[in-house]
Amino acid sequence: MIRDITIGQYYNGDSFLHKCDPRTKILMTFGLIVAIFLCKNFVSIGIMIFFTVLCVAFSSVPVKMYLKSLKPLLILILFTAVLNLLYSTGGDVVVQFWKIKITDKALFNALFIIIRIICLIVCSSVMTYTTTPTMLTDAIEKLLSPLNVLLKPFNMQVHTLAMMMTLALRFIPTLIEEIDKITNAQKARGAELDAGKFTDRIKALIPIIIPLFVSSFRRAYELAFAMDCRCYRGGEGRTRMKKMKFGFRDLIVTVLFCAAAAGIVVTNIKFGSVL
Amino acid sequence: MDNNFITFENVNFRYESDDEEVILPLSLKDINLKIDRSEFVAVLGHNGSGKSTLAKAINAIIVPTSGKVTVCGMDTSDEELKYRIRENVGMVFQNPDNQIVATIVEDDVAFGPENLGVEPDEIRRRVDESLKEVGMYEFRNFEPHKLSGGQKQRVAIAGVLAMHTDAIVLDEPTAMLDPRGRKDVIDTVLRLNKQENKTVVLITHYMDEAVLADRVIVMDNGRIIMDGKPSEVFSKVEQIKKAGLDVPQVTEFANELKKCGVAIDSNILTVEECVAQTEKLLIRG
Repeated sequence: MIRDITIGQYYNGDSFLHKCDPRTKILMTFGLIVAIFLCKNFVSIGIMIFFTVLCVAFSSVPVKMYLKSLKPLLILILFTAVLNLLYSTGGDVVVQFWKIKITDKALFNALFIIIRIICLIVCSSVMTYTTTPTMLTDAIEKLLSPLNVLLKPFNMQVHTLAMMMTLALRFIPTLIEEIDKITNAQKARGAELDAGKFTDRIKALIPIIIPLFVSSFRRAYELAFAMDCRCYRGGEGRTRMKKMKFGFRDLIVTVLFCAAAAGIVVTNIKFGSVL
Repeated sequence: MDNNFITFENVNFRYESDDEEVILPLSLKDINLKIDRSEFVAVLGHNGSGKSTLAKAINAIIVPTSGKVTVCGMDTSDEELKYRIRENVGMVFQNPDNQIVATIVEDDVAFGPENLGVEPDEIRRRVDESLKEVGMYEFRNFEPHKLSGGQKQRVAIAGVLAMHTDAIVLDEPTAMLDPRGRKDVIDTVLRLNKQENKTVVLITHYMDEAVLADRVIVMDNGRIIMDGKPSEVFSKVEQIKKAGLDVPQVTEFANELKKCGVAIDSNILTVEECVAQTEKLLIRG
């Protein structure tokens, strides 16, 4: 089950968006998230949907992959839609049965929330599918580097945080493998992991978690040695193999994004709100 | 520069115990050792014989309690020189999982040179070159957890190569690998020594790996008890057994034959040599 998690998953490819500067992609994603919640009428949300589809097309990642990232959140999407349908106020009553009144505003609210969440997930998936975790953390390090001034009195660096993120991502598969091994070892000794009352099952996890912690600390210790042996001395004086450059592609993406954002704002003012 | 690349002078080392009352025994006792440039040295010994401690002393991970270790004339006890020593001597550890830092193979190989502040284009060149050297170039965009143990270990070796160190210290690099992974790693190490003239210190407990070295050092109880060419060292079967080690099977076979009065050379180290010798004997007999 843990293996199904698609957070931060990268899809190897060579598309237009794969080659973009990761910093552009991060900023655009945040921009899009804001833009998604600005859309108030059908024209502006139409622009939004068009832009999202454009992103998907330029990522050359199969549509199947995006559906996969939506699947675990399907229940959440439906749940929020139903809540919006039932609890929105105002507008004309369209359907009425028993005590429930559904207004046209409620219908629009529900529809918009569905589109918004889907766009949100698809847009962030475009970013993670087209950017390796290393590039993402590097970009975050670069983007947050002004914070170094604030962190200095605490003897900390943004680089340290980025390094921690990289290592955490690196060790997720290793630790999953480790959990599998420990679980099997405990089962072989007669541990009952998936039977009994809820409290019993929680208790049964202790013999898995403790060895996992112990071995993680040992790993951390060895990793620290290995990094020290490779002359790791923190962020100062460190160079990077992959240079980040704001290129022609990034300019195109930025211009397109700005056009979409401007379109959303203008249509919002012109056509008013349906919500 | 003088030829003595790594030197140990009367080195003693004792690990500090967490409990102040307990004093642990010495892990290294009175070690004197000189390793030349481009030499391939194998260090043998059973568990707890001090062989890993010896490796750590070369790379300034530990500093001798008394005595002196120098690398290229630099004293390892000098804190200022620590990273300059590590630029000259790279280290590969036993567990490949615990020494790979990045989520993509080529990024991991780049980690060392990035730390040294090498120019980006030069790093790219070194990374490609090192990956080709260990035969992992096709895997440069792979995630490390999708590789086998032997492949991961070769990535770790490439990581050291990309730093352009003169020497590589390998601390039981094959202990966690299957026979095929072991062979790949050892072949790579051998090639680096013979073709690239890298100084190699290979810590191992596999006899068949030690046989490939120019020089074998046997450790027991923190001391060096034997030091010489593989054929010299392995001919002393009794002494090796006393150190809790085995000689290669063929050497033992030859030795037993000799005991029975057969006129066979007891310096045999490989199966091929053994076949040739016994063939000769049988034809003559």
